[in-house]
Amino acid sequence: MSMNEIIKASGLVYKYDTEEEVAALDNVNLSINKGEFVVIIGHNGSGKSTLAKHLNALLRPTGGTVIIKGMDTRDPNLTWEIRQTAGMVFQNPDNQLVATVVEEDVAFGPENLGMPPEVIRERVDEALRIVNMSEYSSFAPHLLSGGQKQRVAIAGIIAMRPECIILDEPTAMLDPVGRKEVMDTIKKLNKTERITIIHITHFMEEAVDADRVYVMESGKVVLQGKPKEVFKQVERIKQLGLDVPQITELAYRLNKEGFDIPPDILTVEEMVDVLCP
Amino acid sequence: MSIKTKNLTHIYMQGSPFEQTAIEDINLEIHDGEFVGLIGHTGSGKSTLIQHFNGLLSPTSGTVFVDGVDIFDKLADIKEIRQRVGMVFQYPEHQLFEETVFEDIAFGPKNLGLQEAEVRSRVREALEIVGLPYDEIKDKSPFELSGGQRRRVAIAGVLAMRPQTLILDEPTAGLDPKGKNEILSQIKTLHEKYNTTIILVSHSMEDIAKLADRIIVMDHGSIALSGTPREVFTQARLLEDIGLDVPQITKLMLRLKERKLPVTNKIFTVDQAVAELKKVLGGNSHD
Repeated sequence: MSMNEIIKASGLVYKYDTEEEVAALDNVNLSINKGEFVVIIGHNGSGKSTLAKHLNALLRPTGGTVIIKGMDTRDPNLTWEIRQTAGMVFQNPDNQLVATVVEEDVAFGPENLGMPPEVIRERVDEALRIVNMSEYSSFAPHLLSGGQKQRVAIAGIIAMRPECIILDEPTAMLDPVGRKEVMDTIKKLNKTERITIIHITHFMEEAVDADRVYVMESGKVVLQGKPKEVFKQVERIKQLGLDVPQITELAYRLNKEGFDIPPDILTVEEMVDVLCP
Repeated sequence: MSIKTKNLTHIYMQGSPFEQTAIEDINLEIHDGEFVGLIGHTGSGKSTLIQHFNGLLSPTSGTVFVDGVDIFDKLADIKEIRQRVGMVFQYPEHQLFEETVFEDIAFGPKNLGLQEAEVRSRVREALEIVGLPYDEIKDKSPFELSGGQRRRVAIAGVLAMRPQTLILDEPTAGLDPKGKNEILSQIKTLHEKYNTTIILVSHSMEDIAKLADRIIVMDHGSIALSGTPREVFTQARLLEDIGLDVPQITKLMLRLKERKLPVTNKIFTVDQAVAELKKVLGGNSHD
């Protein structure tokens, strides 16, 4: 394992039922370096959530291995240390908040680690500041919007100071404003707090700023690379039941029509610069 | 069937410290057979509004008329109105509770006191509309199904009541692109083939643009805009001001216009954009 590698899956196989012939994960190989922002996309049932659950030992491999910062997830003695290294945020904001007050919810993790009260206070304040929710610290979670709840859930993870956060479709249930809030927060965690991010989604737009993208299908990684390398394969992506960003599809189609436009354009800004230099 | 609101206002927790006016003085009319898209960010009042359309919420003031009948009148038969105005909530699959798909969909029709044969034919028809094979699926447990299938079973449960108007609150939330497109095309069929009046609540401008005859945009409990997709999307600046996403393609057209490229901004799909840019850029083509 290289110095920088924080997550490594080798030949990972998982079957929900060992009698079952079809594997939910079928020989998945994954290598993620410290500080990377990696997006995993795939349609429902492609195996991406099953993969996510292996990255903090919620599931253990049927075959192959998952190593998190040198720790093998098959070893039950390491489970808690693995979960402190790799925190997980889930899809439904309503299922993740347990306390009746925001700051108590964020304190739940550090309290369970048995930290002294003043350290807990410090961590909670810091976590809420990072997700921009300080002014809501004494709110009841049910009074918050979906995006705000999701940011509180993220704060609860940050308060444990993990090196890596896995987010399993954290934006799927949110409106555009909530999605943007959560995506901005995720990018900030990566850039400013240097936390390794594994973001699972089926919104392609959310993969545009990633360092690397993995595309899953039938339990396998079928495409991987930089966002541009992946998204320019418009036909392939559509074949996999996924959408490319509208702009990328436009670039691809104009290119096919014979216009001198690169087929790997991902943003409105790039397109404007190409068309009106 | 038509739905009309008159000075409809709803205030939550009136008189408490959490008092909040969700919708204020809404006057709108939805015509028989229309396909209306209802857009607005969370908290804009759209869910509150639609819950008045079949009397799930009672107004603080004002009222709603369904086919000319004031549904909040003491004499109105609200149960009968709820049969005609069907409502599919967000994440309707969370409401599945029966042991089999058949029983779940049959629950509503059975409660109407319909004969067994009629119940069966309604379940069959409802499953057909949502594109699920009756024989294969009717005896399965809803929990054996995929998320997208479960959602379609839940929608079928509402369709089995044969509503004349169907209100869907974010029916595609959380689905992947394939599941989303399937459900949207079934809603379209329902509108075209059965002439069901549709009110579709969505955050996706792209989806609404493709389907709706008319778009109503809500903001802060009021109607900010109402018109055809073309009329509404040309107001891109206003939409952005109220925190709504304009289709990426419309954004591009606006930016190109600012850079003096002679394109129209009345464009919101990739097909339209390809045609427009071919026209405008004609000379750039290298073949």
